[in-house]
Amino acid sequence: MSGQITPIGMPKWGLAMTEGKVNAWLVAEGAAIAAGDDIVEIETSKITNVFESPVAGTLRRQVAQPGETLPVGALLGVVAEAAVDDAAIEAFVAQYRAHQAEIGSAEAAPEPVMVAAEGWTARVLRMGPDETAAAPLVLIHGFGGDLQNWQFNQPDLAAERAVYALDLPGHGGSSKVVAEGGVAALAASVWAALAALGLGRVHLAGHSLGGAIALRMALDQGARIASLTLICPAGLGPEINAGYIDGFVRAERRKEMKAAVETLFADPSLVSRDMIEDLLKYKRLDGVPAALRTIAAAAFADGVRASVMAPSLATLAVPVQVIWGAEDRIIPPAQAAAVDAARRHVLPGAGHMVHIERPAEVNRLIAAFVAAA
Amino acid sequence: MSKKSFRQAVNEALAQEMRRDPRVIVMGEDVAGGLGAPGEDDAWGGPMGVTKGLMPEFGRERVLDTPITESGFIGAAIGAAATGLRPVADLMFVDFMGVCFDQIFNQAAKFRYMFGGKAVTPVVIRTMYGGGFRAASQHSQCLYPLFTHIPGLKVVIPSSAYDAKGLLIQAIRDDDPVIFFEHKMLYDDIDEVPDEAYTIPFGEANVLREGGDLTLVALGRMVKLAREAAESLARQGISCTVIDPRTTSPMDTDTILESVADTGRLVIVDEAHPRCGMAADISAIVAQEAFGALKAPIRMVTPPHTPVPFSPALEDAYLPTPARIIEAARRVMA
Amino acid sequence: MQLNREQLLAAYRMMRTIRTFEDRVHTEFSAGGIPGFVHLYAGEEASAVGICMNLDDRDKIASTHRGHGHCIAKGCDVDGMMAEIFGRESGLCGGKGGSMHIADLGRGMMGANGIVGGGPPLICGAALTAKTLKTGGVAVAFIGDGASNQGTTMESYNLAKAWNLPAIFVVEDNGYAESTASNWSVSGSQLKRAEGFAIPAVQVDGLDFFAINEAARDAVERARGGGGPSLIHARLNRYHGHFEGDAQTYRAPDEIERLRRDHDPLLVFRQRVTQAGLLEGGQLDAIDADVADQIEHAVVAAKGAAMPPLANLLTDVYVTY
Repeated sequence: MSGQITPIGMPKWGLAMTEGKVNAWLVAEGAAIAAGDDIVEIETSKITNVFESPVAGTLRRQVAQPGETLPVGALLGVVAEAAVDDAAIEAFVAQYRAHQAEIGSAEAAPEPVMVAAEGWTARVLRMGPDETAAAPLVLIHGFGGDLQNWQFNQPDLAAERAVYALDLPGHGGSSKVVAEGGVAALAASVWAALAALGLGRVHLAGHSLGGAIALRMALDQGARIASLTLICPAGLGPEINAGYIDGFVRAERRKEMKAAVETLFADPSLVSRDMIEDLLKYKRLDGVPAALRTIAAAAFADGVRASVMAPSLATLAVPVQVIWGAEDRIIPPAQAAAVDAARRHVLPGAGHMVHIERPAEVNRLIAAFVAAA
Repeated sequence: MSKKSFRQAVNEALAQEMRRDPRVIVMGEDVAGGLGAPGEDDAWGGPMGVTKGLMPEFGRERVLDTPITESGFIGAAIGAAATGLRPVADLMFVDFMGVCFDQIFNQAAKFRYMFGGKAVTPVVIRTMYGGGFRAASQHSQCLYPLFTHIPGLKVVIPSSAYDAKGLLIQAIRDDDPVIFFEHKMLYDDIDEVPDEAYTIPFGEANVLREGGDLTLVALGRMVKLAREAAESLARQGISCTVIDPRTTSPMDTDTILESVADTGRLVIVDEAHPRCGMAADISAIVAQEAFGALKAPIRMVTPPHTPVPFSPALEDAYLPTPARIIEAARRVMA
Repeated sequence: MQLNREQLLAAYRMMRTIRTFEDRVHTEFSAGGIPGFVHLYAGEEASAVGICMNLDDRDKIASTHRGHGHCIAKGCDVDGMMAEIFGRESGLCGGKGGSMHIADLGRGMMGANGIVGGGPPLICGAALTAKTLKTGGVAVAFIGDGASNQGTTMESYNLAKAWNLPAIFVVEDNGYAESTASNWSVSGSQLKRAEGFAIPAVQVDGLDFFAINEAARDAVERARGGGGPSLIHARLNRYHGHFEGDAQTYRAPDEIERLRRDHDPLLVFRQRVTQAGLLEGGQLDAIDADVADQIEHAVVAAKGAAMPPLANLLTDVYVTY
C-alpha cells in the first residue's frame, strides 16, 4: 500500500533551483533509517547539502544514481517498511514516474510577493499550511543576506505552521532606500511589514543582524512575540568582526567577495561560484552599496556597541533560545553566555551560517522550541 | 527581477540612464526613425527595435536621428562628450567603422593622453556585430580586436541580457570612450534581469562554470556555444571551466591565468578572424605568463581567415560550433 | 559696431604675440631645439584673432595642425604652449601632445589636430552640447583649404544644418594644402559649397582683421540666436612652409618676400588704426617690445624646464582602467 511507501524527491532549495545533482548516497539500499538521518548528498550550482529522511523505515530503492542531474521533484529513492513487498515498490516507482512525466518538473513552488508596508516595500516568501491556528514563524536574515538564506530551514519549519521569510530594507528584493539603518529603525520596518501582512502574535527567528532586530522587537512589544530564536545574533555583546563588514561592503569583484564570504562558514568549500555571483548581482544594484553603508554605520559602528541588549534579557517575558556556530568568526560564540545554559546551543563544526551548515539540527531546535512556547 | 530579452535589457539600460542623467543622449541613424517622413514617428527604434520607445519618452532633443553620416555623427558624439554630454551613439553595424574610424581611434581614444590627462570623453558607441544573420561580408564581422588594439578605448562584449544591461549602464557612467558590441543573434535571448539599474565592473570576467580538466575562454555569442560544449563534455567526463572575459579592454587576464594554472589546458573560442584576433591575443598572454602550467598546446576555435560568406551553407561552415569546440577539447585532452 | 581702444590694443597684442611666437619657433626649430615637426601660422593672424575676439568662455574651437595661432587667440598660456612644443613636463599637455595636439579644454580650445578634417565633426558635437544644455555657446571649426575637401567637413556642414547647430566653419584658405595649390585641388567654390547646404557664407580678405571680425560677429550672432551654422571663407597667406624644413620649391621664387612686404595683416592693421587716429604708432611699438620680451621669456623657461618623468609614459591613457 502506497501509504506506507514514502518517495524521496529532489528537493527545491532556494528560489532559483530547478535541478540538482546526486553526489552520493549516504545510506545503502536495504538499510534501516531513522527520521532525520542523512541519506543522500545533493549538489546544486549554488551549494552542496545533505538531504535527510523525512520518515523512518528502510531505504528500499536508490532510484537516482550518483552523478545524475535531475529536476526538482524527480524521484531519488523510496523509503518503506521492510514488510512492503518488492512488487508494490516497483508499482509505486512506475506510478510516481508517470505522474512526474505528466506534471513535468514545474510543480508550483511558493513565490515571494512584494508587500507594501509603511515606509518601504518588503519582499516576503510564505510557506506552510493555508489555514492554521498555530502562530506563524517569521524569519529575519542578517546583514547582506536575504530570505533565501533560509532555504534549508523554511520548507522544513513550514510543516506545522505558516513561515514567513522577509528581505530587510536595502536587501534582496525589498526597496533599497534606507534612510536610517539602525537596529531600532529596522525593527520598526519589520513591525510595519507584519502589520501589512496582517500578522498578530508571531514567533521570531533572527540571524545575526536579524537576531538583533528580533530581540529589539521582543523588547519593544513582548506580548506580540510568542518565542524568540536568536541565531549567531548581533546585539548580545559588543564584539563583531568589523573587517568582515567592511570587506563585504567594499567587495565589488569575485575575489574580494569570496574572501569575505568564506569567513562566514566553518567549511569554506561551501562557498560556491553561484553563491558569490548572486551576492555580486545583489551588490551591483543601484542603491545597495549606499543602503549597506547606512546600515553598517548605524547598526554596527556605533549601534551595536551602544545598544548591547544582553542585560535586558533578564526582564524579558518572551522565551528565548540562542543557537550559535562554535566556529563563528563574525560574532564570538562566547556571547551566547547571555542566555541560560538550557537554551543555549553552540553547534560544533559550524560557523556564522550555522543554519546553512547544520540545517537539520537548527531546524529541530527551532521546531521544538516553537512548539513548546 | 524578471525575464527579459537582450534587446529589452539594452533598451531598459538606456531608458533608466536617460531618466537618471539629463546629459545622456542617444544618437544614430534611425534610432527613432521616420524623421521628416509622412508616416509614424519612432517608426523603427533602430533597425532591430532596440531603441524603440526612447524618442516618445525623451523627445527629439535627446534621441537624435542622424543622416547617414557616420564620420559626422560619431565625431559629433565624441565632440559632445568632450564638452559635457554623455552621448550613446549607435554605429548600426560595426562594419561601418571603416567610414568613421578616424574619429574613434585618432580623436576619442587619444584626447586624454595627448592632452596630458585634461580631457574626459565619456562617449559610448553601441554597435552590432557577428555572423549567423545571412548578412554577408559587410554586415557580419566581429571587429572588436581592432578596437581592443587601441589604447584609450574600452571594449565591451556582453554575452547575455543580464550582462548587457549591467555593462551598458557601466559604460554610460564610465568616463572613458567605450565601444559596446551587441551580437545581432543574441537580441532575443532571455535572461533574468533585475528591474533596478545595476553596474558590472569592467575587467571582471564571468566564470560560468568551474571544472578541473580544461579552461574554455569564449566571447560574446561564443559563450553560449562554449557553455553548450562544456555541458556535453561534462557528460563525457571532461569538466571545463568556462570563462567569459566580458570586456577585452580592460581584460581580466588574472582569471584566465589562474584557471589555466589549475587545468593546464586552454581552448579559446572567438568569432573574430584568427589572425591578430582575441584568441591569438589570449594565447600569447597565456603562452608568455603560464607556459609552465600548460599540459598541451593551446587550441583556438575561430572561423577561417576569410570574409564572412553569404550562402547559409557556407556561413554555417564558417562559424564555430559546439561540435568544433568539443573536437578541440578532445584534442587538448588526448 | 566699433571696437574700442582697449579692444584694438588687445587685438594687436594678440596678433603680434602669434607672429613673434611663430617666427621664434621657426628660429628655434632651425637651431635644432624642437623635436618632431611644426606647422607655423605666421601671416594668418587676422583670422584667428578676428574670429576669437567674438568668443567667450562658453564657446569652443577646434583647430588644425597649424594651430598655434588659434591657441593663442583662444587664450592658451604662451609659456605652457612653448614648453609643450619643446616637449617639456611644464607644457600645456605635459609634453605628451606637442605642437600638433596643444589643447586647453578649460579655455574651450579642443585641440590642434593632426588629422586634416578631424575638427568639424567634433565641433558639431560641441555645438550640440551647447544647444542641448542651452549654454548659449557656439562652436567654431577652423579648417584649411585642404580639409575643405575631406568628407568629414562636408558631412559636418550637412549635420550642422540638419540639426540647426550653433556651429561656425572658418575656411582658412592659404592657397596650399601641403604643397598642392588650392586653385587646383578645390573644385567649385567654398561659398557655393556652403550654399549647397543652405548655410549662409561669406568670403573675406584674410589680411583685413576688421573684415574678418565683422563677419565673425554676424556668424556668432546668428548661432547664438538659434539661426544655425555659418561659413566664413578667409583668403590669406602663410609665410612659412607646410612644415618647418619644407624647402617650398613649389612656390614662386619671390613669393614669400612679396607676401611679407605687401600682405602683412599686422601692417594693414597698423596703417588702418593709425591713419584713422584710433591708436598711435608708439602704443603699437610698445606692444611689439613687450611681446618680444614675453616670447623670449617663454623660450628661456621652456628650454630650462624638465623633461617629463618616465613614469608619465603610462599615465593618462584612461580615467580609470
